[in-house]
Amino acid sequence: MDQSKIRNFCIVAHIDHGKSTLADRMIEKTGVLTMREMTSQVLDNMDIERERGITIKSQAVRMIYKARDGQEYTFNMIDTPGHVDFGYEVSRSLAACDGAILVVDATQGVEAQTLANVYMALDHDLDVFPVINKIDLPSAQPDEVKEEIEDVIGIEAQDAPLISAKNGIGIEEVLEAVVQKIPAPTGDAGKPLTALIFDSIYDSYRGVIVFVRIRDGVIRKGMKVRFMATGAESEVVEVGYFGPGRFIPSDELSAGDVGYFTASIKNIQDTRVGDTVTDSANPCSEALPGYKKVMPMVYCGLYPADSAHYSDLRDALEKLQLNDASLFYEPETSQALGFGFRAGFLGLLHLEVIQERLEREYDLNLVTTAPGVVYKVHKNDGTVFDLTNPTNLPDPTEIEYMEEPIVNGEIMVTTEYVGAIMQLCQERRGKYLSTDYIEQTRAILKYELPLNEIIYDFFDALKSRSRGYASFDYELKGYEKSDLVKLDILINREEVDALSFIVHKDGAYERGRKMCEKLKEEIPRHLFEIPIQAAVGGKIIARETVKAYRKDVLAKCYGGDITRKKKLLEKQKEGKKKMRQIGNVEVPQAAFLSVLKLDSAD
Amino acid sequence: MHPDSNLDLSIYVHIPFCARKCLYCDFLSFAAKDDLIKDYFDALSKEICLTADTYKDYRVRSVFFGGGTPSLPDAEYICNILRALFSNFNISKDAEISIEVNPGTASFDKLEHYKASGINRISIGAQSFDDDELKRLGRIHDSAAFYRTYEDAVRAGFENINIDIMSALPGQSLDSYLSTVQKAVELKPSHISAYSLIVEEGTPFFDMDLDLPNEDDDRAMYHETKRILAKNGYHRYEISNYALGDGEKNECYHNKVYWERGNYLGLGLGSSSMINDVRFSNITDIMEYINRLSKSDTVICEREELDEKSCMEEFMFLGLRLVKGVDTELFYKQFGRTVRDVYGDVIDKCKGLGLLENNGNYLRLTDKGLDVSNTVMADFIF
Repeated sequence: MDQSKIRNFCIVAHIDHGKSTLADRMIEKTGVLTMREMTSQVLDNMDIERERGITIKSQAVRMIYKARDGQEYTFNMIDTPGHVDFGYEVSRSLAACDGAILVVDATQGVEAQTLANVYMALDHDLDVFPVINKIDLPSAQPDEVKEEIEDVIGIEAQDAPLISAKNGIGIEEVLEAVVQKIPAPTGDAGKPLTALIFDSIYDSYRGVIVFVRIRDGVIRKGMKVRFMATGAESEVVEVGYFGPGRFIPSDELSAGDVGYFTASIKNIQDTRVGDTVTDSANPCSEALPGYKKVMPMVYCGLYPADSAHYSDLRDALEKLQLNDASLFYEPETSQALGFGFRAGFLGLLHLEVIQERLEREYDLNLVTTAPGVVYKVHKNDGTVFDLTNPTNLPDPTEIEYMEEPIVNGEIMVTTEYVGAIMQLCQERRGKYLSTDYIEQTRAILKYELPLNEIIYDFFDALKSRSRGYASFDYELKGYEKSDLVKLDILINREEVDALSFIVHKDGAYERGRKMCEKLKEEIPRHLFEIPIQAAVGGKIIARETVKAYRKDVLAKCYGGDITRKKKLLEKQKEGKKKMRQIGNVEVPQAAFLSVLKLDSAD
Repeated sequence: MHPDSNLDLSIYVHIPFCARKCLYCDFLSFAAKDDLIKDYFDALSKEICLTADTYKDYRVRSVFFGGGTPSLPDAEYICNILRALFSNFNISKDAEISIEVNPGTASFDKLEHYKASGINRISIGAQSFDDDELKRLGRIHDSAAFYRTYEDAVRAGFENINIDIMSALPGQSLDSYLSTVQKAVELKPSHISAYSLIVEEGTPFFDMDLDLPNEDDDRAMYHETKRILAKNGYHRYEISNYALGDGEKNECYHNKVYWERGNYLGLGLGSSSMINDVRFSNITDIMEYINRLSKSDTVICEREELDEKSCMEEFMFLGLRLVKGVDTELFYKQFGRTVRDVYGDVIDKCKGLGLLENNGNYLRLTDKGLDVSNTVMADFIF
């Protein structure tokens, strides 16, 4: 194919600014899909994505566009995940593109994620052009937003298409701008194969389907390819393009193309995002830059509510991992919860998505323990290990010191809320770096924050303290020494391992107190009094008591009441079944996530 | 009398009309115009005629007019229904025939009329003797009206009289409740039902910000009821029911049928029945009820044949409401398995917690167990 007629691009935007809707309209306008085939958001396959309006996994689609110059162009649109949890995946998707469309909401203007995404795109040498979306809303301020884009981001915006993706206004302009403003690829089909993996999915018939951007060379059926980072080798079975919602086989993919190939690969771990695929017989001299092995940032325990479903949970995790190389899990045992798994995720959203998929797609009833980050424990004997489960923290006398992950955070906020946000960052042990005023009314606050202070409810707190105006982006900075302790919870004088968590020493008392209060709300009354205690190093620092209940009676039960009352008793019994027995105490599953809700109490 | 023969039958007749719906009431009841009332009673008579044949081999041991407010419509309506029952069913001579009466709706004449037509037990909804509490409940009567009705009932010749009282009412103090109990006892009725208020979903109370007694007072009310009534010669035979004297004589036969799983047939709008382990109930839309009966159609809408497990569950959770407990020999007789065989673990656990105890061949809740009976009963659900 003539590379000059190819345009490889992505759309970047802040969440809710209309990225997926614009993608849908472009697919519609290029006529690859009939109106009937259109589901509301073609690119977002999974239900969860649709409900939350976010894209979790990168996907790509090829469109054929007949431009005003009379030529037919092939557009490869690569969709990128829109959440900070998936930063690395975003960077690899961007690396597969030559340009990007920046969507900015005409009513909201530039936001923190917009900036972060644009800078990321510019870092990958992409040509970025803006479009202003939602111009049909009464509160749209296209001129102000254009100026803002020029002032804040520093890219030309005066001739940005003014569109309404929702109502199909201005889509033609966008398509034309793609042809005009996004450069054609410049690979060399004569060179050895060099292809970038930007995603892969598992298919039970074909094995792993690898999504690639061909930089140089050609890939075709029957060729033996090598994955440069993992060293795995395989024979190509099929190559092709991305039709909307389906795969379209072709003879070959050559320099500049975006497409897929299959090679009877059983394990998605062999086809890591960011890796370079080359020809085994005629390998390229070096791999494409930027490959990183992704490491889980957040861990939690996943347990079946009913221990009989342990193997179901294992099977489900296995299946999910087929399509998600960044999902990590290993078996673990908890005294309180029995057999389960310690699972690692890219971030809290990733965790929630997996948890929801397990519950929804695999019909599992789960108990999830409080998520935590990975701590580095330096022991007196000179050894260092990664702590992913608070229960495994050695005795304090064996620990020389501990380190925790720190992120560089950027918060964009209107100036009136700067004080409130600074206060919040302060509470979360943030280290203030700088304030940049990007306009008179808006500032970017830069903070170093411990990751474990932002994984729980930082986003919620940020939104509530800025009336929704603040937006946030972060990247891992590294590990720093920190004064950390393990907070233990005792229910009816029994330590519950699944409720332990790591906390900074200065926050231990406050957290312990709130945790006890929260658990007091969660644990129903029993026939006896239940003390709930928080302890650090065996010393009790807080206590609450669940009073014994003394009356639980149905006053009336006559002829017409019996069926209904029986249902009530069944419900009561069912409720008991959903509890976890800890000693004599029945603890609801939700209690194990109490630590997440500590801040909602105030 | 004991409802263990499966040809014994009790009949419940539902009268869904009220002058005004009380704020806590979740029964099927409403205010209605005279025409509708007339149509309803016509339909009810029809239902009796259509149904009776099925039960021709049964001996009717009790009849209960409940509501709603059965004492609201003219006495003649009730007497008419009673006549229909007598002529269509085989009603035993010593049958207990009760009617619920609300103060302010039953004149002396009405009560006398009831007595003459065969009704021998009156249940009066006093609820409280404190006029402010009555107002907050949305009752239409005051304590003076109650006293008049009570005296009229005695004067009309009723010896078997129940008084309903309620605890844990909005704005009720321990003292005012105790005074209600005291005043009820002073009248020496043969029976007292003492309920604690349940705020049910779907009632106006559910959405109101009620000033309910605190837990300690609520608990004290509940316990003082038992103590005061016992001191005055009333024995508790069910969670909320007390009868004067020692024997079964003043206990309500009809209600015990529910707890001992005897056969009962519900007639009228929305009423429930259980005949030989089949539960069924009537439709709840009055226009449809009238309409269907005018065409001689059935008004039964839900029917459930209970399997053995359900029967066992009911046997236990209903039987445990009775202070004497469940008859373990009867359990064996009915199910061919011992209670211990089926529920051994639960029984041991509850005994260990001091909630259940044996009394001869009866298994019953302890005093502590009665207080938390739901918890225990839920354990008997499979």
